[in-house]
Amino acid sequence: MPTPTAARMISVADAARPSPLRRYGAWAAAAVALALLPHVLRAPAAVPVMNQMGIAVVFALSYNMLLGQGGMLSFGHAVYFGVGGFLAAHALNLAAQQGLWLPVPLVPIAGGLGGLLFAAIVGSFSTNRAGTVFAMISLGIAEMMAASALIFDRFFGGEEGITTNRAKAASLGGLHFTTDRDVYYLIAVWVLISAAAMYVFSLTPAGRMANAVRDNPERTEFVGYSQRWVRYVSFCASGLFAGVAGGLFAVNYEILTAENMGLNASGSVLLMTYIGGIGTFAGPILGAIVFTFLQSMLSDYTSVWLLYLGLVFLAAVLFVPVGLAGVLAMHGPAWRNQRFGRLAGPYLAAAVVTLVTLVGVIGCLEMVYFFVSAPAGQVTKQLFWLTVNVYTATPWAAFLALIVLGGLGMRWAGPRAAAAFADASLPRAAR
Amino acid sequence: MTPAIELLDVHKSFGGTSIIRGVSLTLEPGQRHALIGPNGAGKSTLFNLITGKYPLTSGLIRLKGEDVNGLRPYEINRRGLSRSFQVTNIFPRLSVFENVRCAVLWSLGYRYSFWHLVNAAREVRERTEMVLEQLNLTARRHMPAGMLAYAEQRALEIGITIGGGADVILLDEPTAGMSRSETEHVVQLIRQVSAGKTLLMVEHDMSVVFDLADKIAVLVYGQVIAHDAPERIRANPAVQEAYLGVAQTATA
Repeated sequence: MPTPTAARMISVADAARPSPLRRYGAWAAAAVALALLPHVLRAPAAVPVMNQMGIAVVFALSYNMLLGQGGMLSFGHAVYFGVGGFLAAHALNLAAQQGLWLPVPLVPIAGGLGGLLFAAIVGSFSTNRAGTVFAMISLGIAEMMAASALIFDRFFGGEEGITTNRAKAASLGGLHFTTDRDVYYLIAVWVLISAAAMYVFSLTPAGRMANAVRDNPERTEFVGYSQRWVRYVSFCASGLFAGVAGGLFAVNYEILTAENMGLNASGSVLLMTYIGGIGTFAGPILGAIVFTFLQSMLSDYTSVWLLYLGLVFLAAVLFVPVGLAGVLAMHGPAWRNQRFGRLAGPYLAAAVVTLVTLVGVIGCLEMVYFFVSAPAGQVTKQLFWLTVNVYTATPWAAFLALIVLGGLGMRWAGPRAAAAFADASLPRAAR
Repeated sequence: MTPAIELLDVHKSFGGTSIIRGVSLTLEPGQRHALIGPNGAGKSTLFNLITGKYPLTSGLIRLKGEDVNGLRPYEINRRGLSRSFQVTNIFPRLSVFENVRCAVLWSLGYRYSFWHLVNAAREVRERTEMVLEQLNLTARRHMPAGMLAYAEQRALEIGITIGGGADVILLDEPTAGMSRSETEHVVQLIRQVSAGKTLLMVEHDMSVVFDLADKIAVLVYGQVIAHDAPERIRANPAVQEAYLGVAQTATA
């Protein structure tokens, strides 16, 4: 496994002035891709899943303003998503009764204001300290809000939550949002606006000092900055965009429940951000897309999908602390050395043995789950392309053998892949 | 003229232990002062009191005539006092350039702004580049600071200290752990960056002290036993007994 330090060292922005193409190229490409995606992916489930991804992208980026940029580990970020979402849902309902002029495309602003306001209140005491104290306060607030959701049911709607109807609100320039695809474009525009705004924030004095406070809070106090204020500014900005994501959720699903701001939702955003990589700006985007994809696909195929997500997270923490984006960034030198081709063989071998191991692990887990949960009398289970009888030894032996074989293969292929990576990353002059 | 720093009967105790026991010291502006004394005399504690890291037990500290008792380190820094640390205290994951830039931002008025782009701020870039040039670190500007060699990290430590343009500079053992030639380079650097400013420097290397200092304060067991020009400190029998004699035999 290559050293994680190199990728972690990559900072979001340095002083070098890139050409306009390099500076805006990625954003333009993202805009074009977002516009074309619904035309390319024609599966009926594609657009709803992409809507979910877009909301998750904004939410995860806002979370990384805390975790990756500011060094604040929050266990309750869904609170700001939820408060923003509920406020947006109420605003939409008010707009439907003509009590408020608020066309649907602007509803996320109401969400953002809700998230910002609540973050401004909570942050005033939670950002005093980073580290454990901050994490504990975030957990306490999350618990408190989960309880409040059932107590203050005029605002949170109790168990049923708050429903709304985007079709009844005012239209803006004749735009109507009836189908998922209409909402897709609304979300796409908001994803671009929010991501660009969060990226720009990372290039401002407040954003740059957030990194400094993350790395060495004491020293920032001796160059004129209050670490508390630096964290507070980031915290408020993060709450704002979490609220925007909540507002998009309200528009997309037309319902918010206490679950949306519960500990599970807070856990999910932590998982997706970490899996994507907290060290780069693009990491949370990648994480949100992969996580949402896994979530929606896995839940179709298996009822223990949460277990798999947990395993993916565990693997990320243990073996890939730099996240998916960090791994990609680490391959920059190999790409520039034009030695990418040499990685194909060793990587393919590593991928094959990993896949073999995974098939073994998944087979065993599914059989265990079937064994303990299947209705009495049922003995066969559909697994991959096979029908297996869980009460015979053969499938168990076979899948266990796959784990052992794959494990041995990984011990053989892993170091070779790492050596190939190290060799390809060396500059030509050093060889 | 208003003294740059004025300490009046400053006491500091941790629990029941008195570390600083009645220090009164006046530092004239525009001079280079050295603070010497045996290990455990309280030199670093005195730095931490002046810079607001620790609160005083009793006494008074004035910075340019203004009482700074009870102010936070960043408030004292904004009044034009900056310090370095004995143990290198940089931003290890940020680039060398960014390390210096962090020190420059506040003094140029950027504060907590989220409506300016740092890369677009020309005076920030120019000031940062100027400091990097002084430190001889221009070639290392893109490197993460944590990957610099030890002596380069010590130079960067000084760079972060002077980046904000403070006119009162406190350096805590700037040459600790350096080779002869590295020390010479740092002495040059300190001479250059402290020109026209008030410098207070804790230093164990007597050649550096006598080379740089206009005045030397001697701290022994939490009290200043002398504060005078170098040649008179050298001739002072109390200082010789308490400190210099031991130190000179040790370094000889």
